[in-house]
Amino acid sequence: MSDNLIAIKDLSFSYGQRLVLKGINLTARRGQVIAIMGNSGCGKTTLLRLIGGAMKPTSGSLKVDGIEMGQIDQVSLYQLRRRMGMLFQFGALFTDMSVFENVAFQLREHTDLPEAMIRDLVFMKLNAVGLRGAHELMPSELSGGMARRVALARSISLDPMLILYDEPFAGLDPISLGVTGNLIRRLTDTLGMTSIVVTHDVQESLKMVDYVYFVSEGVIVAEGTPAEIKASQLPYVHQFVHGEENGPVPFHFPAADYAADLGLAA
Amino acid sequence: MMQALIGHIRGIGRRTVDRVSRMGVAARFFLLVLLHSGPSFRRFHLIIREIFTAGVLSLIIILVSGLFVGMVLGLQGYETLQTYGAEESLGVLVSLSLVRELGPVVAALLFASRAGSAITAEIGLMKATEQIAAMEMMAVDPIARVVAPRFWGAVISMPLLAALFSAMGVLGGYLVGVVLIGVDAGAFWSQMQAAVDFKEDILNGVIKSVVFGIAVTIIALFEGYDAPPTAEGVSRATTRTVVTSSLAILGLDFVLTAFMFRGV
Repeated sequence: MSDNLIAIKDLSFSYGQRLVLKGINLTARRGQVIAIMGNSGCGKTTLLRLIGGAMKPTSGSLKVDGIEMGQIDQVSLYQLRRRMGMLFQFGALFTDMSVFENVAFQLREHTDLPEAMIRDLVFMKLNAVGLRGAHELMPSELSGGMARRVALARSISLDPMLILYDEPFAGLDPISLGVTGNLIRRLTDTLGMTSIVVTHDVQESLKMVDYVYFVSEGVIVAEGTPAEIKASQLPYVHQFVHGEENGPVPFHFPAADYAADLGLAA
Repeated sequence: MMQALIGHIRGIGRRTVDRVSRMGVAARFFLLVLLHSGPSFRRFHLIIREIFTAGVLSLIIILVSGLFVGMVLGLQGYETLQTYGAEESLGVLVSLSLVRELGPVVAALLFASRAGSAITAEIGLMKATEQIAAMEMMAVDPIARVVAPRFWGAVISMPLLAALFSAMGVLGGYLVGVVLIGVDAGAFWSQMQAAVDFKEDILNGVIKSVVFGIAVTIIALFEGYDAPPTAEGVSRATTRTVVTSSLAILGLDFVLTAFMFRGV
């Protein structure tokens, strides 16, 4: 068994004519929490979807647990996905099911476990995210942070080897932010999983990840441990980490001359 | 001028090609639903839940509308029939109108606006909130788990609702014709019993409602599944469901009537 759960080599991906990812190289070792960062529209969510098999690479190699995702058929993909979890940006809980049923969903779909065992497993998963007491609530009764935690419990219901997180910190209050960050780290360690976190929340993610990849305009522009990223003098990384208004990513969207637009040009 | 005309013609052509290709995609979707229906029947409780949502929750509108349509038929029918001294045939007129035409057609139209629009909105919102994508990521096929049970639940509900609509309509006709106006009750029921044929009338009515049920449900499911994942996309899809399925019901009704009752 290879030490690398995910191995991406020279991967490119395009939507029709538009090249979204160019020559991506990325590896994730088992047990690691990896962050993929970059500004909105840089291609990081596309990269996450490629790892999840929602789309196929245009060229290059993408292996998950040794399986080449470019050539995978539907049956094998569904088998692989039983060992994967994904946390969507706003949880994507099934709105017509209670918290309990949401977490039990995969257990009911993929196993023949007796009801008593499903109940115990669901309570264990909900307890791990601190929401055992909320098992009877409906998703509409949960706060954003709670919904995210229920979705996390749901994604670990089959003890996956890999969890993909799409913007897990978006729209959370500071307490929920810290709780979610700690949960991702703790669950990864205790369950021996690998986590890939796509985010633009620098401060929270640098606290808990093992390695960071910075994506800008479809290319990995920097990578390193959190300490290396914090110390990086690369203009893009520096601007991103410190939240500066101007730098390689300009404040202004490209426009005609301001004075000319106001009719003040000589 | 010439350029504008060519542009206009090109626009018509493009829209026609788009519509036809969309119909092709919808037909493929229908086939996919049929192919993925196996798991739904193995877990029949999923279908029962949808029969409740699509069928039982549509009961009020179907029963009340059926009663009123029957009462109107009773009034209008009596007015015309008494001119010829044939008011005893009121039962025949009410029951045949309902069983052959109004039952299946009006029940399907009501079903399209009550259950069809709800199906489209629900599936469209599930897509917009990434619930469908989440299901795929959990290695659960959304066509088999979400779409197929809704399809069969609605298709099973439709003929039952049409039958209830007709039954309530006959009751409405009886209330107005017999109880209110005073048509002879014996003639009302016995002429109805003699004139309504099981195969010609009732069975053909059931076939119609099954066909309408399939058409409305597949349109509703496809529109929801194909809707752009935005608030505007879902609202447009819901409107399209009601408009397209209403037109489909009326068009199919003509074709089926032509075949069944040799009107053409």
